[in-house]
Amino acid sequence: MGPKSPVYEYLRYKKKFPTVWCPGCGIGTVMGAIIRAVMSLGYEKNDVVMVSGIGCSSRMPVYVDFNTLHTTHGRAIAFATGIKLVKPHLKVIVVTGDGDGLAIGGNHFIHAARRNIDLTHILINNSIYGMTGGQYSPTTPVGAFAYTAPYGNIEPDFDVVKLGIAAGASFVARTTVYHVVQMGKIIEKALKHKGYSLVDVISQCPVLYGRLNKMKSPVEMLRWQKEHTVDVRVTAKRSPEELKGKYIVGIFKDEPDMPEYVTEYQKLIDSLKEGATKR
Amino acid sequence: MNKTAEKKPKIRHPEGKIIVFEKWCKRCGICVAFCPTGALANDERGVPYLAAPEKCVLCGQCWLRCPDLAIIEGPKVEIKEEE
Repeated sequence: MGPKSPVYEYLRYKKKFPTVWCPGCGIGTVMGAIIRAVMSLGYEKNDVVMVSGIGCSSRMPVYVDFNTLHTTHGRAIAFATGIKLVKPHLKVIVVTGDGDGLAIGGNHFIHAARRNIDLTHILINNSIYGMTGGQYSPTTPVGAFAYTAPYGNIEPDFDVVKLGIAAGASFVARTTVYHVVQMGKIIEKALKHKGYSLVDVISQCPVLYGRLNKMKSPVEMLRWQKEHTVDVRVTAKRSPEELKGKYIVGIFKDEPDMPEYVTEYQKLIDSLKEGATKR
Repeated sequence: MNKTAEKKPKIRHPEGKIIVFEKWCKRCGICVAFCPTGALANDERGVPYLAAPEKCVLCGQCWLRCPDLAIIEGPKVEIKEEE
C-alpha cells in the first residue's frame, strides 16, 4: 500500500477501498469524523461496535475496522439494543440514514430513545433515498424535488431533533457536514455521554438530491448548508421570519443524570439477587 | 491483489505537508474549493495536488472534509513509497 494516515489504522484499507459512495457524498466525511472522535477519546478498536441497517450510510461498517454488524432494513437499533444489554462495556455506535432510521425503523428509534439506552445514534440525513434512486424521504423539505416528487414535495418533513427530545433521548444535537469541526466535537460528546445520544447530521447527496434541486456540485451543496443553518445559541435573537426554512444546529439537550436503561436493569437484577438470599 | 493495486501510485509529497492519495480520490473538488490559502489546485485530470506548498499552513480543512479519506495529514506521518 501507499502512504498511511493515523486514520487508516481504523479502516479496512487493504480490502474495501475506495468507497462505493458517489463523488462528493457527505457520508465519508462523517465516517472520518467518527473515527477521529474515537481516536481522540482513545477507545480500543475491540471496544467499539458499529451497527447499521440498509442504505447508503449503512455501508459505513464495511470500511471501519471496529466490531461491525450490517443488519436488516431499519432494525439497526434493535440489534444494537441487544448488543448493549449483553455486553454493557462496549461502546455501541448506530449509523442510520434518514429513511432507515425514521421511516422503516422509526418505531425502533422512538422506543430506544424512550428507554434511554446507552447508544450513540448518528443519523445521516441527506433528505432523499439515495441507494434506491431518489425517492423522497421523511426529511425531504416541503417544495423540494425528488424523482417521486417531480412537481415538488407536498409532505411536511420530520424535525429529527424535536422528535428525539419528545421521545425522551438524553442527548440531542444537530450538525452539518459543512461544519466539520463542530461535527467532530459533537460526536465526541455524544460518544462520552451515558444514555441515548442522537446526532442528526445534515449531509449532502449531490448526485440525486442536488441535481434535482439546482445544486449540481457538492461544493454548492455545502455552501447551501452554510447559508441555511443558524446556531442554537443565537436563535433567541432572531425573528421567526429569519428562522423559516433554516436548520438550527448545536446541542439541544444534554442531561447526563437521566436514568439509563442498562444501569437500571443491572440495579433490578442486583436487588432481586439480594432479595433471594434474604429469603 | 488485482491489476490496479499493482500499479505504483503517483505520490507527490513535499516535506511536512499534505499528501493526496490518488488511488482513492474521486475528484469531487471539495478540498480545492475549501482550501483557505489556495495551496491546492486541480491538475488536468481533476485530481488535486499541492500546487503551492509554501502556502499550506496545515489547517486541516482538506483532510477533515475529504469524503474518501484520500488526503493524508502532514508531518506526523512517515512517508513510504510503495515497494
